[in-house]
Amino acid sequence: MTDTAWETLSNQAVAAAGVVYFLALLVHLAEWASLRQPKAARSAAAAGAQEQGAGGTAVAVATGPEGADGADGRAGRVAFLGRLGVMLTAIACAAHGVALLGRGLAADPNRVPWGNMYEFTLSGTFVVTLMYLVLYKRLGLHWMAPLVVGFVTATLMIAVIWLYAEVSPLTEALNSPWLVIHVVSAVIATGAFTIGGILSIMYLVKDRRGEWTTGPLARVPSLQALDRAAYRVHAFAFPVWTFAVLITGPIWAHEAWSRYWNWDPKEVWAFITWVVYAAYLHARATGGWKGRNAALLAVVGLATLWFNFIGINYFSTTSQHSYAAPVAADAPVLGARE
Amino acid sequence: MSATDTRPSAPAPSGEPPRRAGELGLRELGRWTWRQLTSMRTALVLLLLLALAAVPGSVIPQSGVDALAVSRWKDEHPTLAPVYERLDLFSVYDSVWFSAIYILLMISLVGCILPRTAAYARAVRAQPPAAPRRLDRLPGHRAVRLEGVEPEAALEHAAAVLRRRRYRLRSSDQRGEAVSAERGYLREVGNLLFHVSLLVVLAGFAVGVLFGYQGAVIVVKGTTFSNTVSSYDDLDPGSRFTPAQLDPFTMTVDDFDVTWLTKGSSAGTAREFVADVSYDLDGETRTYPLRVNHPLTIGDTDVFLVGHGYAPVITVRDGEGNVAYSGPTVFLPQDQTFLSFGVVKAGSARPQQIGLDGLFFPTFSLVDGDPVTVWPDDLDPLVSMTLWTGDLGLDSGVAQSVYALDTSNATQVMRADGEQPFRLDLRPGETVQLPDDLGSVTFEDVQPWVRVQVSQTPGKFVALGGVIAALIGLLGSLFIRSRRVWVRARPDGAGATMVDVGVLERAGGGDVEDVLDALVADLTELAGPSSSSPSTATSDSTTSPSESGKDPA
Ligand code: HEM
Repeated sequence: MTDTAWETLSNQAVAAAGVVYFLALLVHLAEWASLRQPKAARSAAAAGAQEQGAGGTAVAVATGPEGADGADGRAGRVAFLGRLGVMLTAIACAAHGVALLGRGLAADPNRVPWGNMYEFTLSGTFVVTLMYLVLYKRLGLHWMAPLVVGFVTATLMIAVIWLYAEVSPLTEALNSPWLVIHVVSAVIATGAFTIGGILSIMYLVKDRRGEWTTGPLARVPSLQALDRAAYRVHAFAFPVWTFAVLITGPIWAHEAWSRYWNWDPKEVWAFITWVVYAAYLHARATGGWKGRNAALLAVVGLATLWFNFIGINYFSTTSQHSYAAPVAADAPVLGARE
Repeated sequence: MSATDTRPSAPAPSGEPPRRAGELGLRELGRWTWRQLTSMRTALVLLLLLALAAVPGSVIPQSGVDALAVSRWKDEHPTLAPVYERLDLFSVYDSVWFSAIYILLMISLVGCILPRTAAYARAVRAQPPAAPRRLDRLPGHRAVRLEGVEPEAALEHAAAVLRRRRYRLRSSDQRGEAVSAERGYLREVGNLLFHVSLLVVLAGFAVGVLFGYQGAVIVVKGTTFSNTVSSYDDLDPGSRFTPAQLDPFTMTVDDFDVTWLTKGSSAGTAREFVADVSYDLDGETRTYPLRVNHPLTIGDTDVFLVGHGYAPVITVRDGEGNVAYSGPTVFLPQDQTFLSFGVVKAGSARPQQIGLDGLFFPTFSLVDGDPVTVWPDDLDPLVSMTLWTGDLGLDSGVAQSVYALDTSNATQVMRADGEQPFRLDLRPGETVQLPDDLGSVTFEDVQPWVRVQVSQTPGKFVALGGVIAALIGLLGSLFIRSRRVWVRARPDGAGATMVDVGVLERAGGGDVEDVLDALVADLTELAGPSSSSPSTATSDSTTSPSESGKDPA
């Protein structure tokens, strides 16, 4: 296949992934909508062996055998929609992967698919989906499906509309094995922090609103379970982020720019993110900060993370990180001379 | 192991006479301050402050990062600039207030590490604590009925099981009717290692900032750079830098190659810069292909390739026919097209000094008689300069930039029509006679130049070792599960033995159910599969929250 063919394939795969993600979102929303009807919600919950039976029985008695059948049918439908949604998400994720592969193979010479903001966002959202698919069973994340899929769909759309760039070779400074390690770990941590952040946001929402007993959100786990799942995801992401930002990043920066730490805006924000998450881990161990405040810190951390990922490029022009400006990295350094 | 309960709280001032409010002794004040400073809450607040304090440096240009951007910013904001200046906002990361925060954090850190290390040392020597009276009050609890097993035998077996699982046991003479076991001591070691390593990283970083330096210099192909303070175009030394620490080497740029992309969306950008250099240290000469991402290390010094450009070789003959200036002249690229600006100062030209300033076009094309740049590679170069005579200020004793012409006392030579400045456009090998018998200018050919960054960063391996140790400690601290297990056995009155198992997960988000499952399975193997009845009494408290919260689907 020619480079142009790979590039075309990549673009088509992104489009396909976007469409399938969107379908998955619709399916999951339909799933939620089915839960919204109280009867269905209760019987679905009962089917999941979670609800305290009493309500379900009351309904069954009130509506008679036919009503009970209808509720069962709806529970079946909810389960079916849930499975369909996960399947669609998996298909979209595969297409997403193909899109990344295509970007890498379209370049001459072939390279890792994260040379600019577009590709970086493509990789980041891919990892969010992948992380979700890997973890949803283990951590019981099914309830967050619409949030994850919605987030990925929206971010992909932003990437395609505003960040798109044609395939071009890596700038010289980016052409380093450390880049591969650095970015892979940064992207993995970003994906995990995003999942953890969604858990913490849900914690805050639930903390404010109180328990739901009906409706789509009834299946959101208890506060304690949310807090614990969030901690586990963050505890995984934090060392990975440490590795990306404080080990491989500086090693690469030292080779490319002669300073391992230069207080470049991207570095500063990566550091801020790191410090905020360190504060989150502390908060979880501090009386009075546990729970709500810790979750707040996790959300602040997520905000700094994504701000650094996308936002900082629009606030600061001095970043040497060349996703901001693809050609700047090997431009002659003119500044410092009188 | 939540910090709030493991940290030894300072002893209450018991036995001291009560005081009236406000009558705090100096010692108490000190102790109070220390306790505040080293509390977990303070650490938390200081961390948040540190994050907050780092923000301005990412939006306001920093002189340590980009001095030019700072002066440009100051020009654009004349009223704000002095205020920002006073607040150190152009050098946030060296500022007093930023330093204050991280120094406080470090003090707090030391104040945290020391007592925790002491507490840890005690904990390692201490026995796992005796079993609480009621194991069923613990977050993880199971009761098992073992038939045909004496309580003593059940406890022996439990001890063996726990020892096999690498728990530490409370010694048997203090056991009583229960087994106490603990594991995961290394978690705290990991935590301490992590926090100590942070100090190591900071130390390594500080050494680099204080004793290191960064210099930059442009070296034209074929010329030699010798590593002395005066050879640098600019030098950014740490406050404890001494010139004696410069490695005494010389380095010659023998050749420089760039590959230009000729097709695709990034056509016209450069790839694969290679400067073949030879360097000389202690009488030994070696060569190295210097490339981006592949720095050269000479002694303690690292040399990096960071930029490149063109130096037209220009010869100026004065009105008396003598060579007043000759050599490669560094022109500075203005943008990605490598359109470059430079000046020539022929101070010894007679009867008048001659100055030239103008542009270099690597590959040019004429549009309405004026050159424009069409390609960054020097395929068809042109220099286009205007001419100045008179006093160029070279003898005034004031240091001058080699990239700017002081024209305050000079006059620009105009064309014969008097309207337009006289302009000389030269291609390689061409010579132009200057008007008014001033002399002539020859554009001989073009040499490439490279800009190298030269630096010493002492302490970099200390810092690297520090972060790696910190990461290892962090992994231990986050993933080693630390817990206590108690097993109690008593006759149930009907010929069997009731075994109670209690688990206390001491940190992290560990699930106790899987631990209990495994332990109970091991404990009941003694009685054989038929006689045991595991999980007879699974009280409400043993259902883990995450279980009950699991998604129904
Ligand atoms: C320099 C700034 C600091 C950073 C970046 C930092 C970072 C961290 C991180 C990431 C953790 C979580 C890993 C773990 O559980 O061991 C942690 C835990 C902890 N830190 Fe710090 N820390 C800092 C300063 C301090 C200070 C000053 C104290 C003392 C008050 C402290 C006390 C603790 C304690 C007690 C834990 C264990 C929490 C637990 O039980 O899970 N830290 N720290």
